[in-house]
Amino acid sequence: MKTVLNEQQLAITIKRLSHQILENHVNLDNTVIIGIQPRGIYVSDQVVREISQLIAPVQVPYGKLDITFYRDDIRKEILLPNHTDIPFSIENKNVVLIDDVLYTGRTIRAALDALLAFGRPAKVELCILIDRRFSRQLPIQPDYTGKSIDSIISQKVKVLWKQRDGKDEVVLL
Amino acid sequence: MRLSVKHLLGIRDLTRQDIEIILDTARQFKEVLQRPIRKVPSLQHITIVNLFFENSTRTRISFELAEKRLSADTINFTAGGSSVSKGETLLDTVNNILSMKVDMVVMRHSASGAPHFLAKHIPAAIINAGDGINEHPTQGLLDAFSMREKFGTLEGLKVAIIGDIMHSRVAMSNIYLLKKMGAEVMVAGPPTLIPQYIREAFDVRVEYNLRKALEWCDVANVLRIQLERQNQVLFSSLREYNLAYGISKRLLDSLPKEITIMHPGPINRGVELDSDAADSKQSIILQQVENGVAVRMAVLYLLSGGRELN
Repeated sequence: MKTVLNEQQLAITIKRLSHQILENHVNLDNTVIIGIQPRGIYVSDQVVREISQLIAPVQVPYGKLDITFYRDDIRKEILLPNHTDIPFSIENKNVVLIDDVLYTGRTIRAALDALLAFGRPAKVELCILIDRRFSRQLPIQPDYTGKSIDSIISQKVKVLWKQRDGKDEVVLL
Repeated sequence: MRLSVKHLLGIRDLTRQDIEIILDTARQFKEVLQRPIRKVPSLQHITIVNLFFENSTRTRISFELAEKRLSADTINFTAGGSSVSKGETLLDTVNNILSMKVDMVVMRHSASGAPHFLAKHIPAAIINAGDGINEHPTQGLLDAFSMREKFGTLEGLKVAIIGDIMHSRVAMSNIYLLKKMGAEVMVAGPPTLIPQYIREAFDVRVEYNLRKALEWCDVANVLRIQLERQNQVLFSSLREYNLAYGISKRLLDSLPKEITIMHPGPINRGVELDSDAADSKQSIILQQVENGVAVRMAVLYLLSGGRELN
């Protein structure tokens, strides 16, 4: 087991990602943030909290998207869905999608399909905490990357969160 | 986590965990139905045949809508106008349809046990949409979903099922389900419409007095008096039934607390339920119909799994 990001590095990385998003979306008035269920939510919750502090009292619209019904491996296995909560239209909005780990790219493919049920966005960007580079199966790349790592298929990246796992840490198993 | 069954033949075969999985999944599908585009591609590789050997409006439309919202291909079959009238057997009819590569069968039949028979003989997943006087599992599930949505939990909820218990598959599915989920169940109605053994067989309360039943319960699930069974002399007239067991707004207003009214439809207005009660804000009858689509989507989705493309 190898530590990729410790608690302090993780907090700094999330701060940096938040600032980068803000840098590219100066007015935020046409921007929405959408976290991908289940584990991307831990990242997006913190990014949204960070951004909200920076731009208060303005609030950025924040939704949660579950992609279970859009998976391409649904024929092999039925998975139980999580809750989707996008209480606004994304028509002509700039959407920032947030997930914890980018690996094959298939989850993001499904998320792009799922998003279309909520309108036609002007632009979609991808923000990722950990990018497992050179392992993509689809032509998908992040716009904001917390940390890029090299890993082999048999390895697993685990992002641990205090609320759930007792500590904030990213490890490579 | 997955369902312990391959078919949905009845609530009787489900575990408590199965029921929870279905209701939780239905909650997510209800959200899908509120999106600007109310459709997901989950079952686009699946073909479903709706076999209705008995009349139905609500259930058939609800299933069909659920299938379309999941992007499945559907075929509709109704017994009238088919080769059933030429004497084809059930198994032959279904096998012929299945040879056209159908993955799932939704079936309603007037014979109790018809879907169970099919499940033994054909490879497709079977969903019972009502069989004779046995069960109507998706109705039981959507009733439970609607109650859970309103009250948060079924545990300890007091539910009175009122009317023709004897001939009701809705009552059977509701009793099985509510008992498994820890609700308290009472059946109420005229003695001729309540089977004698029901108290011992299902551990439910029995009440012959409507007012007492309504005073006890949190939810009254009012069943349809089946007009087609009128000639069996189980009660003297619809008018008399209404006088003794009809629920009116005035009766509801006279109760010590506000109870919730449910009905599986179609309502006989002025018989088991008066219009002012059916249309009152205590009634969640139309929510039941809305929830029916989400619940059926959940059942279809959960039973569609594990079919690899060749």
